[in-house]
Amino acid sequence: MSLGGPYYLTLAAVLFTIGGVGLLLRRNVLVMFMCVELMLNAVNLTLVTFSRMLNDIGGQSLVFFVLVVAAAEVVVGLGIIVAIFRRRKGATADDLHILKG
Amino acid sequence: MLHYAYIIPLLPLAGAVLLAFFGKRLGNPLAGWFATLLVAASFVVGVFVFLDLLHRASSNRSFDQTIVTWIPVGGLQIKAALLVDQLSITMVLFVTAVSALIHLYSIGYMHRDPQFSKFFVYLNLFVFSMLILVMADNFVLTFLGWEGVGACSYWLVAFWFDRDSAASAGKKAFIVNRIGDFGFLIAMFLIFSTVGTLSYSGVFGAVGSIGPTTLTAITLLLFLGAVGKSAQIPLFIWLPDAMEGPTPVSALIHAATMVTAGVYLMARVSPLLSHTASSLNVVAIVGLATAFLAATSACAQGDIKRGLAYSTISQLGYMFLAVGTGAYVAAIFLMITHAFYKALLFLGAGSVMHGLHDEQDMSRMGGLRKFMPVTAGTFIVAWLAIAGVPPFSGFFSKGDVLMNAYARSPALYAFGLLTALLTAYYLGRIVFLTFYGPERWRTSGPEEVLPHESPAVMLVPLVILAIGSLAAGVIDLPYANLDYLARWLDPLFGSAERVLTFSTGAKDAFEVADGVVAVTGALLAGGLWLRRWQRPRLTPVFFQRAWWVDWAYDTFIARPSTALANFSAYVFDNEVIDGVVNGTATLVRDSGTRLRRLQTGYVRNYALAIATGAALVLAYVASRVGS
Repeated sequence: MSLGGPYYLTLAAVLFTIGGVGLLLRRNVLVMFMCVELMLNAVNLTLVTFSRMLNDIGGQSLVFFVLVVAAAEVVVGLGIIVAIFRRRKGATADDLHILKG
Repeated sequence: MLHYAYIIPLLPLAGAVLLAFFGKRLGNPLAGWFATLLVAASFVVGVFVFLDLLHRASSNRSFDQTIVTWIPVGGLQIKAALLVDQLSITMVLFVTAVSALIHLYSIGYMHRDPQFSKFFVYLNLFVFSMLILVMADNFVLTFLGWEGVGACSYWLVAFWFDRDSAASAGKKAFIVNRIGDFGFLIAMFLIFSTVGTLSYSGVFGAVGSIGPTTLTAITLLLFLGAVGKSAQIPLFIWLPDAMEGPTPVSALIHAATMVTAGVYLMARVSPLLSHTASSLNVVAIVGLATAFLAATSACAQGDIKRGLAYSTISQLGYMFLAVGTGAYVAAIFLMITHAFYKALLFLGAGSVMHGLHDEQDMSRMGGLRKFMPVTAGTFIVAWLAIAGVPPFSGFFSKGDVLMNAYARSPALYAFGLLTALLTAYYLGRIVFLTFYGPERWRTSGPEEVLPHESPAVMLVPLVILAIGSLAAGVIDLPYANLDYLARWLDPLFGSAERVLTFSTGAKDAFEVADGVVAVTGALLAGGLWLRRWQRPRLTPVFFQRAWWVDWAYDTFIARPSTALANFSAYVFDNEVIDGVVNGTATLVRDSGTRLRRLQTGYVRNYALAIATGAALVLAYVASRVGS
């Protein structure tokens, strides 16, 4: 048996919302980072779902690009987070508001 | 010998270059002797070229020597080429001769000046420019010399530039000349666009193909150039101020180089001028008006050099009158004789100043003939020559001009004769104020001055020029077979030259009239100024200030221009231009100050902004889809 497209899309929307709310509400940089990943993968799921539904391979190939970019972004992002941890005790995003204009 | 013509301008150029580098080492007075020698050598070469030309048939006396193709641009092929013909060699001879004498005189006059060798660099360069001007075979090369004499006059008039008046007189000479140069330039553009060439022979050969309006425009624009260079109405104002330069410079500018360039140009373009009667009329009337205005102004000057300056302007006016009446030979004849007596007058005035501690004001002179017999004697010869007393040279040259003026119109003649009377009078006044009467220099100055005669190096040129002033008339006597200059120049001017048809008796009557007028003017001056040296009613301010022309320029052109410039510089530029620039900067800075508050540094703010934005975009897209 197979579930219909709307289920996958609903799951993706739920995941995206969890990620977005988490990004807005949490203070820990690491957690915020994970939320971003969650949002990215929610989008990936949407892409794959639509690809199947519309019988178009383009959506799936686009996912590869997203994955590659996300991997690169993880490297840079984690690097920044490690650097912050070295200078400060915690990793609260609000501590970094000294970067304001 | 003809092929060595290029040496004539080369020698003064070499002198200028060598003196510019080694002048200081040669020192005083060797640098001066060197410069004098080169100009004299240039004269000697000129004489040989002249003799060579004389041996040729009269129809074959034109020689073109190309040195290098100067500006080869498509259809515009301008050669640096010298044209040796009757007119240019005549100019070369008297320019180099008078210049050499002025160089010699300068050795004595400038011997105390710390810038001695620099002075001779400029003098040599001046002579070189003038020689290029007269020997060029096309308009562009003439223009090079034309600008050269302009630049040299600027340097020399402002030679004592630490004096404010000298510096501004130099600027004035240059700027006023630029106005005339603009006319020359436009004329060249017009010629090239009409004929397609700028060489004299090419242009004169194509004169028939130029439309009458264009021809009038070309000649009038060239005349504008001549007006600037030769100090005619309305551009004569620079010449009296140019008296701020050292006196030999005044002599050089007035006699040999610079101011005669305008008359030369008019004579050179006679094939063009003779085809346009309206331009000829303009030239004649401007010349005569200048002659009269300057003569009246000269009557009232208190400064000896300014008096002589107005006299030069007046004499140049005569030359233009001659050109305008088609009497080119008379113009050249007057130019040559004038070169002798005007150089003599200026060098004589310089000698007086030299012996009187640089005094130029005639109210502090008087009775100097006992102290400076040679200067006084030669100066009086020059006076009689310029006045036109027979048998001095001016009598013949001015008589020639006046006779041609009568042939054109008796009104021109009458005014010309009146001006001749004034000429004899105002120079008589200068002579009597300077060399006769009470010795006013004894009482006027704070310190004791004892006038002394100048050294021999200054007196020799005076004596030679006096002989020239006396005898130069023989080159063109108004009798058959004695009019050498007329016959010499005849093939060149040809049909452009007016042919006089007076009977012998009529010619004699003219001569008697000229002589009587000259003697009357001289006697008038003697009667009025021999015993008295102050006659305010005869020297009204109106004439002292040259009919307020300078004042009018100052009030109606210079001051409004200065006001406009000040407005542009201090109001428009400061307020409007800087206002726009500073306003832009302020706007950017202020908006930046306000907008920086958006950058809070809190990641959640940014995330919220992105989310809100995304929501808004979504809402917009959704609304579009719905409709």
